[in-house]
Amino acid sequence: MIVRIIIGFLAVFAAPFIGGILSGLDRMIGARMQRRQGPPLLQPFYDFYKLTKKRANIMNGLQIFLVIGHLMFVALSIWIVYTGEDLLLAVFSLTLAEMLFCLVAFSASAPYSNMSAQRELLQMACAEPMLLLMAIGFYMANGSFKVMDILHASEPAILKTPGMFAGFLVILVIELRKSPFDVSTSHHAHQEMVKGITTDIAGSVMAYVEVAEWCELFLMATFTGMFFICSNPFSFLAAAAAAGLVLFLMTLVDNTFPRVRWERMLWMSWGATFIFAGVNLLVLTLTR
Amino acid sequence: MEIISFLIFFPFVAAAVLFFLGNDEKVYSVRKFVVKGSGFLIMAAVIYLAFEELSGREHIGYLMESRIANLAVMAGEIFLMLLVTFYSFRYRKYYAALLSWLGTIPVLWLDLSGNSVEDQLFFKVDNLTVIMCLVVGIVGSLICIYAVGYIKDYHHHHKNYPQRSNWFLAMLFVFLGAMFGLLFSDNLGWLYFFWEITSVCSFLLIGYNKEKQAIDNSFRALWMNLLGGCGFTVAILICNLQLGIANLSQLQQLNKEAPAVMIIVAFLAFAALTKSAQMPFCGWLLGAMVAPTPTSALLHSATMVKAGVYLLIRIAPLMNGTLTGVMVTLIGGFTFFTASLMAIATSDGKRVLAHSTISNLGLIVACAGVGLPESVWAATMLILFHAVSKSLMFMCVGAVENVTGSRNVEDMHGLIVKLPRLAIVMIIGICGMYLAPFGMLVAKWAALKAYIDSGAVWLVLFLVFGTASTSFYWGKWLGKIFAVIHKSPELHDTTHYGEWQALYPLATLVIAMCFGFPFVSKYLIQPVLNQMYHTMVPAVIGGSDIAIMVLMLLLIASLPIAGVLTARKTHGITEQNTRSYMSGINAGDDRHFLNSYGDVQSVYMSNWYMIDYIGELKIMKLCLVLSSAMLVIMMIIIVGGAVA
Repeated sequence: MIVRIIIGFLAVFAAPFIGGILSGLDRMIGARMQRRQGPPLLQPFYDFYKLTKKRANIMNGLQIFLVIGHLMFVALSIWIVYTGEDLLLAVFSLTLAEMLFCLVAFSASAPYSNMSAQRELLQMACAEPMLLLMAIGFYMANGSFKVMDILHASEPAILKTPGMFAGFLVILVIELRKSPFDVSTSHHAHQEMVKGITTDIAGSVMAYVEVAEWCELFLMATFTGMFFICSNPFSFLAAAAAAGLVLFLMTLVDNTFPRVRWERMLWMSWGATFIFAGVNLLVLTLTR
Repeated sequence: MEIISFLIFFPFVAAAVLFFLGNDEKVYSVRKFVVKGSGFLIMAAVIYLAFEELSGREHIGYLMESRIANLAVMAGEIFLMLLVTFYSFRYRKYYAALLSWLGTIPVLWLDLSGNSVEDQLFFKVDNLTVIMCLVVGIVGSLICIYAVGYIKDYHHHHKNYPQRSNWFLAMLFVFLGAMFGLLFSDNLGWLYFFWEITSVCSFLLIGYNKEKQAIDNSFRALWMNLLGGCGFTVAILICNLQLGIANLSQLQQLNKEAPAVMIIVAFLAFAALTKSAQMPFCGWLLGAMVAPTPTSALLHSATMVKAGVYLLIRIAPLMNGTLTGVMVTLIGGFTFFTASLMAIATSDGKRVLAHSTISNLGLIVACAGVGLPESVWAATMLILFHAVSKSLMFMCVGAVENVTGSRNVEDMHGLIVKLPRLAIVMIIGICGMYLAPFGMLVAKWAALKAYIDSGAVWLVLFLVFGTASTSFYWGKWLGKIFAVIHKSPELHDTTHYGEWQALYPLATLVIAMCFGFPFVSKYLIQPVLNQMYHTMVPAVIGGSDIAIMVLMLLLIASLPIAGVLTARKTHGITEQNTRSYMSGINAGDDRHFLNSYGDVQSVYMSNWYMIDYIGELKIMKLCLVLSSAMLVIMMIIIVGGAVA
């Protein structure tokens, strides 16, 4: 038990570093796809360092606490997964974190922030069913919501939950704020909301948001890998490879598709969830 | 035994006293004293009952002299029927009278013709009763206490309505008494009698201000509930004539596959669906929002609608794996999802609450319909948390309306600055309704597990999509409250001391229950399962999950505490404060910006409602048609299948 808790904490501390490097890789590869030189691998960390040196310009006293809360619950989510505990609770914790993030923007009481916060709420609504169904998929495959039991499974969950995985890939675009579905905030300058939900977050407070985003990236990579993990030690390699491949795919998608309107995002994500994950769930229920 | 009769009769006595005190300004202080005194007495009584029961003392009420009591119940039924007949002729809504006759006369015939089964077991108390009594007693009494101050303000704001506040308060207490009667009754005939009192009570309370809209809505509530009552009557008739049983507890011991039992359970479930405002019948609860806030809080969130789900939980083991179970879960899941969609497209605060009540009841109904121990656990947990949080929300919205004159969510922009105390209470209420570590989510966790285990794919899908839309509308509302507008003066909070006396305890209760849910589960709910399934049911929620949930709670609790501590020093203002970006230069007050001509222009930030896609006008009709079709088809299949 103690060992697991320690592993959980190690993961929480490693998450920003791994997530930051992944984010740097994303920027590098993205630039190469656009035939640019692009920033160096460690650019996200340089950005982060610069942000921490700035003054914390805040709109109101609530902002800083909500941002810290956001970071805290993303970290908790990682902790829950890496201590091998309940996956469903990790998803709930992630939802709570997102909600706190929305409240940061709402509290600014400004047009851009307000509109983007509501778009972010919509994004959450688009992604949440699939995240829950992903947890349910693991439950159906292994008979438990515990991550620990996924590690002890005789075969990887993907064999039983390919539909869940397909649905997960669609909402991964939303979670990582990649192009067709980046309606609330974007990594690119072409968003009509400029920086959207982060418009009224500045200086060192923004640094926390960046860290939280890296943590989220790390968590999503973990979720991807979890589909491929089983008791066989080599499955970890497969999981890492799959996560890397999926992240590359996300960068590719980001650079290929133009942004869609929110209605399309809603129908595509819910439709994908309903069809891929729903059919998968039906099959799993019938064959159980 | 004494405690049972006290809880049933005392509210009626209090109601009579309140009614005869009259409306004079001079009696206000006496009235306040009477309401508070009775409220606290009722609370003390239910807590005493809970201790008695939990310490293992059996409470089974045998009435030796049942004849007189039976006569009294019959007289009461006739009185209710005449009352409904009177009102329906007065307002020329004859269908209500017809439904009332249809429901009452067969039961009267049963009693008078001597066909009814004589049994001396009338009252029964077990853990489920105790839980429901705690909800009704504590939440209900707090709402009554709140109502004293509220109704004064209400008439202050609406001078054109006839002043009948003595009658209003009396009805609230009558209602509490009827609820207790309903919970204690094991005899189906008596259960039906109290069931009808709550229907009529709700009718009278909704039509309180005698406006045309209120009258119309009250009749809608009446006919829907009476229709459910007719279903109840059918169930009683079959019980007595075919099976020769008179009690709910006897029904629970029968084989659920037997045709007669299936029909009875289907009709009881039908009655329960109307009472808890499930999809084809959700109209009455939405219409009930014209009534003064305590009515909405008491009847339509905390107690009356809970009577329906209470009955469903009672018959839950009989529904497990049967067609009735499928019907109930289908309707419940469908209601959960569609009502939450419509809540997104609603801006009237009370109407959002109404939709969310319907939606949450759908979840509870679906849990009961599954009928597994885990789902019954979830349903009971949901009832507890929903009652407390929702009544808190209703009272908050009512208090805000009395201060600002509007209950629209749009007008709650920046409430945290304008009315900080009410805003914080409201935030607690909203968090209790849907956010992660709080009670509802705990229950959802168990519900999800039970749905998967029961193999109901559609239910899982309804639940996951419904959860998403639920967080959308609560998130929007929460965001409105959280908006901080600088230089916004704090409004003068005119909320009565008496109203705070209800708001603070309820808010405390929400938080206490969140932290105490492992104990609630272990000592209150787990025994219910053991009694219901006659075995030792293993603990629904495991140790490490509880630990993580408590950890989440501690983390989230640490946030506002840290926030308050630091904000107190600086009042949230530091030298690094800046103005928000208003799509132009902020004119300095967070309400205006400088446009490209350099003129000052005001900003209005609305929430997102998607009315063109999921507005009530757009999808309500479709939902009603679909759910009616589901209900009718399923009823035909069940009854037809059982008869054939």
